[in-house]
Amino acid sequence: MLNRQLLALIKKEFTLEFRQKASLGGILVYVVATIFISALSFNKLIAPAVWNALFWIIFLFSAITICGKSFMKESGGAALNNYVLYKPLTFFASKLIYNFIFLLSISLITLFFYSWFLGFPISNFSMFAIVLVLACMGFSAILTLMSAIASKAENNYTMMSILSFPVLIPVLILVLRLSMQAIDGLSWSVSTDFLLILTSINAICIVLSMLLFPYLWRA
Amino acid sequence: MKNWYKIASVILILYTVIFGMLGVVPRLPILNETIRNLYYHVPLWWAMMFQMGVSLFYSAKYLKGGNKQDEQFAYNAALVGILLSIPGLITGSLWAKFTWGTWWTFQDPKLNGVAIGILIYVIYFILRASIIQEMARARVSSVFNIFAFVMFMLFIMVFPRLTDSLHPGNGGNPAFGKYDLDNNMRMIFYPAVIGWMCFSGWLLNILNRISLIKSKIDD
Repeated sequence: MLNRQLLALIKKEFTLEFRQKASLGGILVYVVATIFISALSFNKLIAPAVWNALFWIIFLFSAITICGKSFMKESGGAALNNYVLYKPLTFFASKLIYNFIFLLSISLITLFFYSWFLGFPISNFSMFAIVLVLACMGFSAILTLMSAIASKAENNYTMMSILSFPVLIPVLILVLRLSMQAIDGLSWSVSTDFLLILTSINAICIVLSMLLFPYLWRA
Repeated sequence: MKNWYKIASVILILYTVIFGMLGVVPRLPILNETIRNLYYHVPLWWAMMFQMGVSLFYSAKYLKGGNKQDEQFAYNAALVGILLSIPGLITGSLWAKFTWGTWWTFQDPKLNGVAIGILIYVIYFILRASIIQEMARARVSSVFNIFAFVMFMLFIMVFPRLTDSLHPGNGGNPAFGKYDLDNNMRMIFYPAVIGWMCFSGWLLNILNRISLIKSKIDD
């Protein structure tokens, strides 16, 4: 019963997203244009450390743009409808899973264009892929909650980004470090510790945001 | 004696200021006489962390019990914490100028942690100011306060694993704890910590009473 509701909600999110092709296309153009501008401003293949930093900065900003609109639609009549129909956790989980899938696909597209324009220095791709998935998980958990918070505040687009920056930093610095290790092709034994820390931080973020969201629900 | 902590804070802080200047300190390379900053700089940070913990406690209490006053207390505690961070920053920065030769460095996890901690609480104030409706403001800012505090703690635990600290006692730097001469310093350092914590409690008590009076006048 609960799972059917969850699946239906996720499906609704995708249906809405694909119905508004302008917003989906907007995000794609945003990402590709940013990469194109970076390629133009560097004008040559860049050093691995710079490649790493730039990739995650682009990822950070596109993630904030993507997840920032999660709760913008849910106001007034739509919100009232949601209160009556769904449990807060089901509703939040659907947003989180949808954001995760969406973020992961956009980041793969980003990686494709980014490698095309600025080179592909990664030596240990399987580790990089794992880091990318973990990053998407952590980011979507944090940003979904921040988006729910920002939707309650005045001028919520600015609010969304300033709320997100400081709380994203623990995940971001770990991801930067891990992906640099993947680029340098260090062996798995070096990174297992960090991978475990990142996974546990993700778990804390997901559990905490699920604990806290019900309080925002009726605010 | 319900005002014991006010008296304790006055006596302890006076004691540490006077004997901190007059007492015997070990002669250590680099640190020399600047080691006395331990009595002033470190207790201020302890008191700040203590007040942020208090703020977290009141936020959680508000979400659980729904008493409007608790949320105001959480805000007041965060305010006291930020207030204490200013002398903490100034004493630290002055000290760093004389030992490291710079006012600020990004190489040190403690400095980065503090920067992010202050950023989080400033954003908490902005968020709280940007929501007009009273009930929503209390809930949303409590949720952000709890989430941000946990992420801040994670940052403080994660970041030192990535780089070594320049602070005394970390990464092979000299500090008082490693030598036998430290007992004189302990006699002043621990009272200083307790004294500043009591002092922060006093500040919080004044702010809380002011907000209680304000809420009575409004009603």
